Amino acid sequence: MDRDWPLWEVFVRPRQGLSHRHVGSLHAPDAEMAVRNARDVYTRRREGESIWVARSADIVASDPADRESLFDPADSKIYRHPTFYTVPDGVEHL
Amino acid sequence: MAVQALDRPGTDAEERAFQARLDAEIKIEPRDWMPEGYRKTLVRQISQHAHSEVVGMLPEGNWLTRAPSLRRKAQLLAKIQDEAGHGLYLYAAAETLGVSRAEMLDALHEGRAKYAHIFNYPSLTWADIGVIGWLVDGAAIVNQIMLCRCSYGPYARAMERICREESFHQRQGFEILAGLCRGTAEQKRMAQDALDRWWWPVLMMFGPHDADSPNSAQSTAWKIKRRSNDDLRRQFVDMTVPQADWLGLRVPDPELRWSEARGGYEFGPIDFDEMRRVIAGGGPCNRERLGARVAAHEAGAWVREAALVHAEKKRRRGRARAA
Repeated sequence: MDRDWPLWEVFVRPRQGLSHRHVGSLHAPDAEMAVRNARDVYTRRREGESIWVARSADIVASDPADRESLFDPADSKIYRHPTFYTVPDGVEHL
Repeated sequence: MAVQALDRPGTDAEERAFQARLDAEIKIEPRDWMPEGYRKTLVRQISQHAHSEVVGMLPEGNWLTRAPSLRRKAQLLAKIQDEAGHGLYLYAAAETLGVSRAEMLDALHEGRAKYAHIFNYPSLTWADIGVIGWLVDGAAIVNQIMLCRCSYGPYARAMERICREESFHQRQGFEILAGLCRGTAEQKRMAQDALDRWWWPVLMMFGPHDADSPNSAQSTAWKIKRRSNDDLRRQFVDMTVPQADWLGLRVPDPELRWSEARGGYEFGPIDFDEMRRVIAGGGPCNRERLGARVAAHEAGAWVREAALVHAEKKRRRGRARAA
C-alpha cells in the first residue's frame, strides 16, 4: 500500500473584503504543492482571490462531547442581544 | 478533517440522541458519535461514488483527442477535469469517516469496491459523448440533488458543490446532440444509435426497484437517502422524454406512453439481470476500465514517491539552514 501524502485543509477567500472560508481538504507532499493543488481542485471557476492551506494534523478542535458545556451557557444570556431590551415609545436612535 | 469518532458500540442514550438529531434535521459532522452501521454505509457509498467519478473519466477521455472542434475539446476537457475534482471532494468526504485514501484506492484496484456500472459500457462514437453528458450526468444530477440533503455534513457539502458544477455537463451533452440532430441524416442516425444503446443502462443507474432494495429503508431512516429509487427514476424519465422529443430522437421503449392518471410516463420493464451481470464484472469494458485505472496508478507511483522525498529533502535543508 502506498503512503498517503499528508492531508491539508484548504481555506479560500472568495473575494477581497471577506474572510477565508474552509472549502475542503486534499493530500499534498508539501505546502507549496498543497496551494497549487488547491488552486486546481477548489478554484476552477474563479471561486477565490487567495488560498490558505494548513496541515490537518495541526488543527486543534473542540470535542463534540463538550458541545453542551461549551456552548449551552450562552443560551440563557439573552441580555447579550439588543432584542432583550424594551425601547420606550418615542425614544429614537437607541 | 480526517478525524475519527471513538470506535465502540453506542449506549442506548447515544443511539437515541443520534436519531433525535437526524429527526430534527441536524447534520452529523465528522467527530460526532455515530452508529458503526451509519459510518460503514457512508464509507461504502461515498467511496463508490468517488470511484465512479474517477472511472467515469475513462469513457470520455477516449474522445478527447478526437473531439470535432477546439471548442468541443475545451468543453470536454473541462468536464473531465471536473470529474477528477469531484472524485477528490468525495474521497476527502469519505476520509472524514476514518478510512484512508490508500485503503479506498486499493479496494478499487483489487476489485473489492464497486463503481457505477454505467462506466463499463463503451463510448463508440462522438454521439456517445453527447448522450453521456445529457443522460448519464443528467441521471447523476437527479440523484445528487437528493444527496445535497444527506444527513452527513461533509457528503452533503461535496454534493452541493458537485451539483453546481455538473449542470454544465448536462448542457454540454445536450448541445452535442442538438448539433448532430440538426446535421446530416448520418449524424442523426449516430445520435439515435447512441440513445438506443445508453437509454436502458441509464435507467438502471437509479438502482433496483424499491421492493428489491433492502438497504433503502435503513438509509432513509438515517436520512442518507431521501427519495426512493423508483421515485427518482420516474422523475428522470418525465424530465428527459420531452427533451428527446425536442431533439427528434426516439426513446427505445415500445411501452413508453404518457399516463394522464399518473401525470407522468409509463415505461417498460428494466433488465436488472443485465445490471447485476455488469456489476459482477461481465460488462463490455470492465476489464479495460479497471486495467486503465490500475495502470495509471502504477505509472504515477514514482511521481508520488519522488514528491514525498523532495518535500522531505526541502524540510531537512530548511532545518540545516536554521541551525
